[in-house]
Amino acid sequence: MNSFDYVRPASIAEAVAAASQPGSAYLAGGTNLLDLMKGGIARPGRLVDLNHLAGLDRIEALPGGGMRIGALRRNADLAHDPEFARRFPAVAEALLSGASGQLRNAATVGGNILQRTRCAYFYDAASRCNKRQTGSGCEAQGGDTRSHAVLGWSESCIATHPSDFCVPLVALDAVVEIEGQAGRREVALESFHRLPGDEPAQESVLAPGELIVAIRLPAAAASFSAHARYLKLRERTSYAFAVVSAAAALRTEEGRRGDGARIVEARVALGGVAAKPWRARAAEELLVGSRLDQTAFRGAAEAALGDAKPSGDNAVKIELARCIVARALTLAAAGTPERLPALPASPFATVPGALAHA
Amino acid sequence: MSLSISLTVNGVVRKITLQDPRVTLLDLLREQLHLTGTKKGCDRGQCGACTILVDGRRINSCLALAISHDGSVIRTIEGAAQGDALHPVQAAFIAHDGFQCGFCTPGQIMSAIGLIEEGQAGDDPERVREGMSGNLCRCGAYAGITEAVLEAQRILAERERKEVA
Repeated sequence: MNSFDYVRPASIAEAVAAASQPGSAYLAGGTNLLDLMKGGIARPGRLVDLNHLAGLDRIEALPGGGMRIGALRRNADLAHDPEFARRFPAVAEALLSGASGQLRNAATVGGNILQRTRCAYFYDAASRCNKRQTGSGCEAQGGDTRSHAVLGWSESCIATHPSDFCVPLVALDAVVEIEGQAGRREVALESFHRLPGDEPAQESVLAPGELIVAIRLPAAAASFSAHARYLKLRERTSYAFAVVSAAAALRTEEGRRGDGARIVEARVALGGVAAKPWRARAAEELLVGSRLDQTAFRGAAEAALGDAKPSGDNAVKIELARCIVARALTLAAAGTPERLPALPASPFATVPGALAHA
Repeated sequence: MSLSISLTVNGVVRKITLQDPRVTLLDLLREQLHLTGTKKGCDRGQCGACTILVDGRRINSCLALAISHDGSVIRTIEGAAQGDALHPVQAAFIAHDGFQCGFCTPGQIMSAIGLIEEGQAGDDPERVREGMSGNLCRCGAYAGITEAVLEAQRILAERERKEVA
């Protein structure tokens, strides 16, 4: 790990001023940053420690049913907040399907949004990587691309954003509150992360020194609470990043002539497929007015992956992503379970002979 | 900024001067406080061998900067037993063969204590396995570990009931 100056600001304004100096990085949970520093991938000259700032971990219920969550809120504390989990069950499920108990106790809301890709070539300092060094090339292409992007990638970069949490958040129109030297501004999470283009090192819209102070879920996001799920395909049962994942949320109403329930509004987003959490608006539009059946769900899944193309030897991810979208919609239609399953977000039954999520 | 911090480690307040802000809680415990029960496995937050309780919550001490945890209350495997009386989780690991080589065991035990205090897993073996998935065991003692955590959880719940009564 490189040497750095350690700064402990007493206020958000002090933090922003300190982090606006070139070479600075914010320290929150540290679960991603310290790992990157130990690998020599991140080499900040100054760490601005947010952990002692009072009130940055606050969770507030907003009038009408929305919620505002401070950026320093720990993943475990957010997922286990009963009111939050009741209003936004798919977000709680996504949080609890990520990492391990230890990491969820340390990792924060802001840090999760800003976590770096898990592309092995990004993590290997000996490999060429346009994210680490602009213009150096991308060694992932033509390499082991099993975990790489199938949507929104460019010739410069085929890495994916690894977050679970961000997937239901982007489906539910979460807003990111940002504080910088020029004051406070807000950005929809959907517009927060940048696709790689020819500038893969620029991963978000944040300017140097800008700090995520909170996220907000609007009141409308809570209207999906009865039919909201997050589903995540992993290469082992637990404690693994998603190969592909999907959040699905539905509002339904009974048909007027007794012809069964129909979808009034749908939200669909994908994880593990692109450099950002991927909102599938075409799938959502297709679902409005549809019945809750496999024809509709499979059609939506086709639409969600309509623009997908493999970035290497990973065409399988496109079909896996279609399957996970259809499955997430099926489970959302069945209804949010009273209590999260023992293995949150798992598409598989883990007890022999039992039905998944039975 | 001064690199002097104060930590309460297993009930004892320690004033500590750090040589460098890069020191993790794990290295501080092992190298400076000579509490070598907490193990360094991967040092990258993947194996769980370094699990300790900070302010009652289990975390990976390899990914925690000591300087950032100024003022924290820390519990390590050395603070689990009370004198010669083993913590119920320790006793249950012995009773159920919850280890073979023992390297991951301090982390497993501190993780299990943290999990039980979190109160999310209850008596469901699947929830215990999921809750313990951040602790790897190369010897593959998982079956014994799950049984040990379930038994310790029962004993601690029983003890709590008696204290309330």
